[in-house]
Amino acid sequence: MKGNPALAATQEPAWIRRLIIGISVGFVGLFVLVPLLAVFGEALRNGLAAYAHALVDPAALAAIKLTFFTAAISVPLNLVFGVAASWAIARFRFPGRSVLITLIDLPLAVSPVIAGMVFVLLFGKHGLVGPWLAGHGVQVIFALPGIVLATTFVTFPFVARELIPLMEAQGHEEEEAAIVLGASGWQTFVKVTLPKIKWGLMYGVVLCTARAMGEFGAVSVVSGHIRGRTNTLPLHVEILYNEYEYQAAFAVASLLVVLALASLIARRLIARRVETT
Amino acid sequence: MTIEVRGLTKRFGTFHALDDVSLDVPGGGLIALLGPSGSGKTTLLRILAGLERPDRGSARLDGIDLASQSARQRNVGLVFQHYALFRHLDVYENIAFALRVRKRPAAEVDARVRELLTLIQLESLGRRLPAQLSGGQRQRVALARALAARPRVLLLDEPFGALDAQVRAELRGWLRRLHDEIHLTTVFVTHDQDEAFEVADRVVVMNKGKIEQIGAPAEVFEAPANDFVMRFLGHVNVLEAELGAGEAKIAENITVAIGEHNGAVRGRVYVRPHEVDVARAQAAGAFPARVVRVTPLSGGLKIELSVPGLEARLRADLDWERGTALALREGDDVFLSLRRARVFARDGHGALT
Amino acid sequence: MFRRSALPGFGLTMGYTLVYLSLIVLIPLATLVLKTAELSPGELWRLATSHRALASYKITFGASFIAALVNVVFGTLLAWALVRYKFPGRGILDAIVDVPFALPTAVSGLALTAVLAPNGWIGRFLEPLGIKAVFTPLGITLALTFIGLPFVVRTVQPVLEELEHEVEEAAAVLGATRWQTLTRVIVPAVTPALLTGFALAFARGIGEYGSVVFISGNKQFETEITPLLIMTRLEQFDYAGATALALVMLIVSFAMLLAINGLGAWARRRAGHA
Repeated sequence: MKGNPALAATQEPAWIRRLIIGISVGFVGLFVLVPLLAVFGEALRNGLAAYAHALVDPAALAAIKLTFFTAAISVPLNLVFGVAASWAIARFRFPGRSVLITLIDLPLAVSPVIAGMVFVLLFGKHGLVGPWLAGHGVQVIFALPGIVLATTFVTFPFVARELIPLMEAQGHEEEEAAIVLGASGWQTFVKVTLPKIKWGLMYGVVLCTARAMGEFGAVSVVSGHIRGRTNTLPLHVEILYNEYEYQAAFAVASLLVVLALASLIARRLIARRVETT
Repeated sequence: MTIEVRGLTKRFGTFHALDDVSLDVPGGGLIALLGPSGSGKTTLLRILAGLERPDRGSARLDGIDLASQSARQRNVGLVFQHYALFRHLDVYENIAFALRVRKRPAAEVDARVRELLTLIQLESLGRRLPAQLSGGQRQRVALARALAARPRVLLLDEPFGALDAQVRAELRGWLRRLHDEIHLTTVFVTHDQDEAFEVADRVVVMNKGKIEQIGAPAEVFEAPANDFVMRFLGHVNVLEAELGAGEAKIAENITVAIGEHNGAVRGRVYVRPHEVDVARAQAAGAFPARVVRVTPLSGGLKIELSVPGLEARLRADLDWERGTALALREGDDVFLSLRRARVFARDGHGALT
Repeated sequence: MFRRSALPGFGLTMGYTLVYLSLIVLIPLATLVLKTAELSPGELWRLATSHRALASYKITFGASFIAALVNVVFGTLLAWALVRYKFPGRGILDAIVDVPFALPTAVSGLALTAVLAPNGWIGRFLEPLGIKAVFTPLGITLALTFIGLPFVVRTVQPVLEELEHEVEEAAAVLGATRWQTLTRVIVPAVTPALLTGFALAFARGIGEYGSVVFISGNKQFETEITPLLIMTRLEQFDYAGATALALVMLIVSFAMLLAINGLGAWARRRAGHA
C-alpha cells in the first residue's frame, strides 16, 4: 500500500528524528557527562594513592565532619518545619494561605550570596545583634552557628514543597475518619498521615540533605574559611583550588559528586514510590 | 460521496482488528457502525479517516483509492470522542483551522466560520476558549471544525460518549436533523444500540473484526442474521432446544412453535421479553411458571420468572397497562405463552447458523 | 475568621510554622530591609549604579539571559526527544538531565573550569580556534547554561507528555502539514511552559555563585558577576555597598518570581478542564 500522507503528518520524517536525538545526546554529553568524567579524571591523575591521601588529609576530614554535622542539624530542623507547615497549609483554609506559601518559597528566589549576607548583617561584627552576642561570648559568623543558619535558610523550603502538594492531593478524608473514630490529633498524624506521606517525606529529606551538604555560596559568606574549623567540603574544594592543589581539589570534589549521584539515584527510586501510593 | 470498502484487513500484532471487511455506503447516507469494544468499528473509521493503514484490502471514496490522496485532497471530516479541540485557540480559530492551513483568504474564512457558528447555534461564543465551554458545546464546535472545509464525508468516533445522558439525547436528535438538512455522507461509531437506532438510516453490526449484518434498524432488530446480532441487540431469552419440524422442545414438557430451519436436531430458541405473554389463567400452549421478581423500569415492568424444567430464568417485559392489570407479585403462579420464537440451528460442527 | 476542618492541630502547627519562618527567613531578610532604610535613596542609587556595579549587572544579566535562551532551544529539543522518541539510553539521558541541579555548585564550577581550560578536555579544541572559555564572559555563559539545563527540560517535559495525540491527528485530518501542526498546534500549547522554563533558568542564573566563580576569574568590569561583587564588598565591610547591590538583585528576583507564578496561572487557565 502506498504511503499514507495523513499518517505522515502526525510524525516527523526519520532523518529529523535522528537529528534531534543526536543533538540532544550531544548537548547533554558535552555539557554534563564530560565535566562529570573530568572530575574523576583529574582526581585520579596522580594515581590512587594520591587520591586517597587527599581524602584522609586532616583538613579534609574536618571538612567532612563539619559538612555532615551541619546537615545533621539543618535537615531535621527543616523536616519538622516541613511537616508542621504542610499540616497547617494542606489541611486548613485560612486568610493569607497563598501568601504563606509564597513566603516559604522565598529562600529559593534569593541568591545564595545574599542568603549568607543577611546573616552577616544580622550577626556580623558590625551587624545588628552581632556585637551584643559577641559581648556574651557567642560567635555566630565565622563559626558553626552561622554555617548552620545559612544552610538552614537555603534548604528551608525543600521538605515543605514536597509535602504540601502531596498532602493536598491525598485529601483529608482518612484523617477525618480517624478523628471520628476517636483518635487524637497526634495519633491521627502518626497512624494515618505519616504512613501516607512517608515516601514524599523521604524524597524531601534526601533533596534537603543533598543541598545542605553541597551549599557553597551562602556558607562561603558566613564561614570565614578558617581551615580545619569552619570549612565545609565545598569550601575545602575551593581552598585547595586556590592553592593550586588541583588534584586534591578534584579528589574532594569527586567525593561530593558521589554523594550527589547517590542522592539523585535515591530520589529517582523514591519518586517512583511516591507516584504509586 | 460514496464509500466502497473491499476486503479490509488490519492486524495489531496478533490481534485481528479487521478481518476481510467489505461495505458500501451510498452518497448522503447516515450509517452507524455498531458493536462491542474490540469489534473493529473504530479501526474501520480511522482507516477511512486516513489515520491507519490497512494491511490488505482497499477503501475508495467516490471511486478514488484513499491511499493515493493526501489528507487535504481526501477532505474527510473527523469528530473525536473527546473533541480534541485546540485548547489554545478560541472557538472561531478552531473552526477556521482547516481553512487557514489551506491558506484561504480571510474574507472567505470569516464567512464560512460565521455560517457554521450559526449552524451550531453558538454565534455569541466565537471568542471563547474550549476550556470555557460545556461538553455539549465543545462537541458542537468539534463538528463545525470538521465541516469547515466542506468535507465529502463526515466520520464520528463515539461522538457523544463523553457527555451525560441528557446532552447526549439532545445532540443525537440534533445530528439527525443536521444530516437531514445537509445530506452529507456520515458514518458514526457507537456501542450504544439506542443511539445507532435513533440516528442512523442503516446499521452495520460488527463483532471481532467482521461485519455480522447490515440493514435498517427495524430490519436488524426484527430479522437478525445470526446468534450474535440477536443477542447484541436488546434483551433476549436464549434457550437451548431440541428441534423438530415446526416445533422445538425447550424443556421436559415444554414445546414451542418455531419457523423453518435447516433441519438440524439441536439449536437455540430466542424469545424477546416483550414476546412473552403472562396470564393468570391456563391457555392453550401455555406452560406454568412462578414470578421471582418484579422490577419497574422506565418503559414498563420487568418480570423474572422461574420455569420448572428450565435451568435459566425467563424474562418477560410488560407495558404499564398490562402490568398494572395483572398486579403480579413475587411468588405468584402464572402461565406463559411465547408469542414468537426464533431459532438458529446448529450445524454439523455445533456452530449456530 | 479562620475556617477550619474538623482536624485538630491547627494552632500548634501554624504557630510553629510562623515562628520558625520568622526566625530563619523573615527576620534575616528584614535585616536587609532595615539596612536599606539606613541609606538615603540618593546614596542607594549611587552605590547601585557605580561603574563596577553596572558592569557586573551587564555580565550577570546578559550571561543569564543568553544561557537561558540556549537552554530553551536545546532543552526543548531534549524534552521532545525524551517524550516522543524511543532510543537506547533514553532512561539514562533522562536521569542525567537532573545532574546539574543535584551537583554542589562548587563542584560544577570546578569541573567546568577543568574541562574548558586551554588544556582541558574540551578547551584543547577551542584553543586553536582562538576561543577562550575561561576567564571570559563566554565561560560564564557556558557555566550558566550547564546550571539552567534541567529547568527548561523539566518544565516542558510534562506539558509534552500531556499533549493529546488526538489533537495532532485532528490537525492532520483537517489538512495540516507536519510543519503546520507543529507551529499552529504544538508550539502554542508548549509556549507557557517554555516561558516558565526560561524564567526559572534566568532567575537561577542571576543568583548563581559557586559554579561561576571558578571559571570567571573575577576580573573587574569584565567577568565580575554581581554575587561576587557583593561578596567582595562584604569582605571589605562595605555593608552599605553590598546592601545596595543585594537590593537590586532581590528586586529582579522577586519580579521573576511574580512572572513565573503569573505564567503558571496563565497556563493553568488556558488548559482549563479539557
